[in-house]
Amino acid sequence: MDKQKKRIYMDHAATTYLDERVKEAMEPYWTEKFGNPSSLYKEGRNARKAIETARADIAKIIGARAEEIIFTNGGTESDNLAIFGVVGALGFDYSNFSRLNPRAGSDDDSKSEQSKSHIITTKFEHHAVLKSCECLEKRGFDVTYLDVGEDGIVNPKDVEKALRPETILVSIMYANNEIGAIQPIAEIGKILKKHKTFFHSDACQAAGYLDLNVEKLGVDLLTVNGSKMYGPKGIGFLYAKRGIKLSPIMYGGGQEKHLRPGTENVPAIIGLAEALKIAREEREEESKRIAGLRDYFIERLLKEIPKTFLNGHSEKRLPNNINISILGVEGEAVVLYLDEYGIACSTGSACTSENFEPSHVILALGKPRAYAHGSLRFSLGKRNTKEDIDYTVDTLKSVIEKLRNISAVNV
Amino acid sequence: MADIRNNSGEEWLYSDKVKEHFLNPKNFLAGEPKEGEFDAEGEAGNFACGDIMKVWIKVEPKTEKIKDFKWRTWGCASAIAATSMFSVMVTENKGMTLDDALKITPENILERLSGLPPNKVHCSVLADQAFKDAVKNYRSHEKK
Repeated sequence: MDKQKKRIYMDHAATTYLDERVKEAMEPYWTEKFGNPSSLYKEGRNARKAIETARADIAKIIGARAEEIIFTNGGTESDNLAIFGVVGALGFDYSNFSRLNPRAGSDDDSKSEQSKSHIITTKFEHHAVLKSCECLEKRGFDVTYLDVGEDGIVNPKDVEKALRPETILVSIMYANNEIGAIQPIAEIGKILKKHKTFFHSDACQAAGYLDLNVEKLGVDLLTVNGSKMYGPKGIGFLYAKRGIKLSPIMYGGGQEKHLRPGTENVPAIIGLAEALKIAREEREEESKRIAGLRDYFIERLLKEIPKTFLNGHSEKRLPNNINISILGVEGEAVVLYLDEYGIACSTGSACTSENFEPSHVILALGKPRAYAHGSLRFSLGKRNTKEDIDYTVDTLKSVIEKLRNISAVNV
Repeated sequence: MADIRNNSGEEWLYSDKVKEHFLNPKNFLAGEPKEGEFDAEGEAGNFACGDIMKVWIKVEPKTEKIKDFKWRTWGCASAIAATSMFSVMVTENKGMTLDDALKITPENILERLSGLPPNKVHCSVLADQAFKDAVKNYRSHEKK
């Protein structure tokens, strides 16, 4: 295979480039309109106006009120604020926490108040949610990690079954970042309406392709970030429905109603709003286009490379997500070979993780570890074309052939 | 300590040596071993950890010099490069004796590769283990 000069980027789920229009919208805020929004004078007031306009625009797009939007440093921070914010505001004293057995048989209300210590999430959430929940478990919380089945889709009935009087938060991602599986958030939202628990969803992967209307979704808290939808990195927001009390996880100057102190990242906020606007306008058409490419990609892969399997539901998946397991080869080796040939994608193999564990998402589907080690994710973007896919499949075929030729595993 | 990664981010993820052995692996066995082609086989690793290495050795019985060393690896770039480098180390200069080859440590392999990142060091340990397994099988066979 010839090593071509042009790069084919297919890892948009990791991050995206800035849309030109987003870049343009951000431009004045670096050196001209650079004021601190908290300052009293003209430069400050203009910066304040700019971010409040952005806030209102974002709120409108997701069907919320401006006051319900809290700007943060990104998806991870929004997830942390949602989880620790809710828990903190409910007044848990970690140092003195005693967890009562919720099934102790008592109908006593006061006991149930004290044991208000249950959270429901899924096995394949982003680590920002999982690690936060694990932290709370160490502090005495009960966490239910729901199964997601072979297809990677949570069953709303499982959510209902897991509910307890003392459940305070349910956190289920809108679309999984590794396999693109789209969760039935609106259905789950309906079920949870009858319960006093709060419902949070991490929508970082969904923003570019799916409807974010919070009324329709039935969520109380929603995480969105800029870096996966052609917006800037290092910015995101948390939607928190009016009336929900949150405890801050950072302390400082009181910005964002004390929930996210620190001088606001004005250019990034402007960029985030612009990116969301563009996403809302173009997502229907782009979703159609890219879903066509995705299906073509998957079809060629499954047909032309033996012992290749799709991870996640074939239809209820993000229009740009291709995640496959190829037996007999290891993911990092494939990624590095493809990189040599100009193609960027990612893998669920353990080699690329800090703790030698392969993708918890692929494992959550019930697949054997070998499938996780041999998994590849291609996530398409606005610039990808059919030619890119053809080149990638052809290259991948020869890479797999070479690696299978030296592999200790016969398939 | 070898410079295992170029800080500019432009150069390859690992050293040039690793890159060479990964993109152009030496001494791998293509296909299945033929009947009698090798004297012993060794294996290390498992599906759980994401690395499996198989090695085959052909040994000159009197001198115990390694006449041939072939391998196959299911694993990452470091695993492939480590096994490939090890194969070169034991077969270069007309081949080492089994005893000399057994003295090779994972650190020796790392040095020849100009280093591996800390989380990849275990790949060099596996190469060493697979070979030791082969030698064990060879010697227990020879006793019969």
